[in-house]
Amino acid sequence: MKYIRALAIAVLLIVALSSLLADVLAPSSYARQYRDLPDASPSMQHPLGTDDLGRDRFSRVLHGTRVSLVLAPVAALLTCLLAGIVGGAGGFFGGWIERCVMAATDLLLSLPWLFLLLTVRALLPLNVSPLTSVAITFALLGCLGWAGAARIICADVHTIAESDFILTARSCGSHSFRLLWRHVLPNLKPILLAQFWISIPVFILTEANLGMLGLGISEPMPSWGSLLRELGSYSALSAQPVQFVPLVLFVIVVSSFHLVLSKEELPV
Amino acid sequence: MKRRILSLAFLFLCGLASAFAQSGTTLRFCLRSEPKTFNPVLMADDASETIRYLTGGVLMHVNRQTQELEPELATSWKVSDQGKTITFTLRDKVRFSDGTPFGPQDVAYTMQQLMDPALHSPTGDAFRSAEGKVVTRVLGKNRLSITFPAPIAGLDKLFDQVAIMSSTSPQKEMAVLGPYFVSENKAGSYLMLSRNPNYWKHDSNGHALPFIDSIRLDIQQNRDIEMLRLVRGEIDFINSLDAEYFDKVIAQNPAMAHDAGVSLDAEFMWFNQVPTASIPAYKKAWFTSTNFRRAVSEAINREDMARIVFRGHARPAMGPISPANKFWFNSKLQPHPFDQKSALQRLSSDGFRLQDGVLRDREGHAVEFSIMTNSGNKYRERMATMMQQDLSQIGIKLNITTLDFPSLIERMTRTFDYEACLLGLVNNDLDPNSQMNVWLSSAENHQWNPSQKTPATAWEAEIDKLMHAQASSLDPKKRKEYLDKVQQIAWEQEPFIYLVNKNALSAVSSAVQNVHPVVLRPQVYWNIDQLSLSTQVARSH
Repeated sequence: MKYIRALAIAVLLIVALSSLLADVLAPSSYARQYRDLPDASPSMQHPLGTDDLGRDRFSRVLHGTRVSLVLAPVAALLTCLLAGIVGGAGGFFGGWIERCVMAATDLLLSLPWLFLLLTVRALLPLNVSPLTSVAITFALLGCLGWAGAARIICADVHTIAESDFILTARSCGSHSFRLLWRHVLPNLKPILLAQFWISIPVFILTEANLGMLGLGISEPMPSWGSLLRELGSYSALSAQPVQFVPLVLFVIVVSSFHLVLSKEELPV
Repeated sequence: MKRRILSLAFLFLCGLASAFAQSGTTLRFCLRSEPKTFNPVLMADDASETIRYLTGGVLMHVNRQTQELEPELATSWKVSDQGKTITFTLRDKVRFSDGTPFGPQDVAYTMQQLMDPALHSPTGDAFRSAEGKVVTRVLGKNRLSITFPAPIAGLDKLFDQVAIMSSTSPQKEMAVLGPYFVSENKAGSYLMLSRNPNYWKHDSNGHALPFIDSIRLDIQQNRDIEMLRLVRGEIDFINSLDAEYFDKVIAQNPAMAHDAGVSLDAEFMWFNQVPTASIPAYKKAWFTSTNFRRAVSEAINREDMARIVFRGHARPAMGPISPANKFWFNSKLQPHPFDQKSALQRLSSDGFRLQDGVLRDREGHAVEFSIMTNSGNKYRERMATMMQQDLSQIGIKLNITTLDFPSLIERMTRTFDYEACLLGLVNNDLDPNSQMNVWLSSAENHQWNPSQKTPATAWEAEIDKLMHAQASSLDPKKRKEYLDKVQQIAWEQEPFIYLVNKNALSAVSSAVQNVHPVVLRPQVYWNIDQLSLSTQVARSH
């Protein structure tokens, strides 16, 4: 298990590094349309061929990977932050605050996430650059994805808040902020970390789903979702093998994220 | 012994013949959704329209190949009283599928149903020329006249859509005069249509039509599955194919692929010119400038769009009437050329200037706007992406936004909270009257600036005048002149920037005989009563 985990970390590092060096590694721009070469086979100029508009697929895969790999952790961080604040407050203070937190999370979890995203996105301004659309998509994912994590954190903070060492600290005169900062938060760290690592593949998958529906990041910016759309029809049955590269990479990366978490770190 | 062998052989052949006679041929294809109604008066969706076409008998019929009107249940007709009255002579000895005789009372009953305000018939809308009653007079055993309160341009062609219903049959709308009748309906799964035993038509050799005994219509929303079923031979044709699928058919079996040429459908974009829209004033000034719209149009490479997005199965579009509409198309028009120099010249005459690769207006605002289109439509997304690169060449930044269809319609028709939109128009009707609700400035579908109280521009006022004139004229030549002018103005002003006209693509199994796909709907089975299935592959029930 230890070796598999090390391998997963190595894979993630290689993928992340190559996506960060996309501008150096890829010879062509991800947006430029070589209109004389649509659907071209792999060549020296285009190692993975071109897509249906003649854009270099290799460049698009690297840049798409960068978008997903950089922004999914940011969205996961936002989720953990919101979940930590909301769930932590509910668990620590208990009473009506906890009831309100639980009601809010229940409400959010009961809403179909896809329709929620569609509604929120439809309300946003239209005239946004592709880069802003990336930020909006992942910010939305981050802001709407905290409910599940908040419930777990709330339950854990509740247990910690009722433990003996907190009672001892309280009897020694520690005020609420100190209790939270010095005693609760350090004990919460493994749970927050686990939530963070779990959220990353979830958000990558969610973005891919949105991209498949054409509702993710706007053109010409690539993302895994938009790259996977190429395989979303009957024509994929006769696709060139290189067209499956984004899919293979996607599966490897999401699996690696899951393998990075050891069994002990996974929340029950 | 010899005699016995001969008798046995005779018996075998008789058995074979009788078995063959009992087994019928079945044509199979898919409907994208379930028909919402079988009542021809109430039909508004594609699936119901298919059923109407296959089962309904009409007084006259537009030949989808020649685009000319031909007699059907009416052997002759005459439009009189300045286009207010039409008099029909009906065919003799015709019966509905259930055996009920057909006569002028049935036409009168159908018109009464069609014009009943309580039924809100979409087909009847085309006949509502003015307030007042539609008067139907039975003039004899086989003659009747219908008088409308006001003249209707192209009145006779409107009857192509009117399936005659029986006034006396206990089966009501299920008794039909067309080649087939609905014999089985498994909701959500399939429909069976059987040959109408009383269908009046015969071929030149006197054989009763139609040739095919039954039609099975499977409800199938998923186009990928529909395509797989065609490849496996489970269905006989796909009526309307996307360019991508069409190329796959060509690769697998070129004999199955049929490209009937440019269709009536168009893809186009427009700028929001609604005065109350929440757009900055300087952008409104761009969008209402003819030079700006013409420049954007000239900067878009339509040839590339047709070649790459539609894989060569489309043509650069010129205006509201497609070249497929043989009579009404203004053949003097040419597609707008792809000319970025000319585009920049037009822009500079409006005070725009290109600075460091960024186009700026007189006040220094960088030219940037968003275009919305419906999500999930790969072709439109690709078109928008190509436009993005084309416009970047003249310093315009285009942002693409894809929205789910209800959100897009909400912005387009109610909030007007958008800058530009890319959509398509599926056109079924040859007559320009069907486009009145788009071109009149007061119309709700006048998308760039709908429901105007008075025309906002002189050219819109001119279009209003011409459209009213063509609608009230009965002389086809005059109407054509008016419509040519409308097309010319639309070409010059470009409130809609027409991009491409898609080709009518279909795939048909080689088992189906006498197929001549055309550009008008229904492309493949427009001559359904003439189609046959080759005996080698004919399937039995």
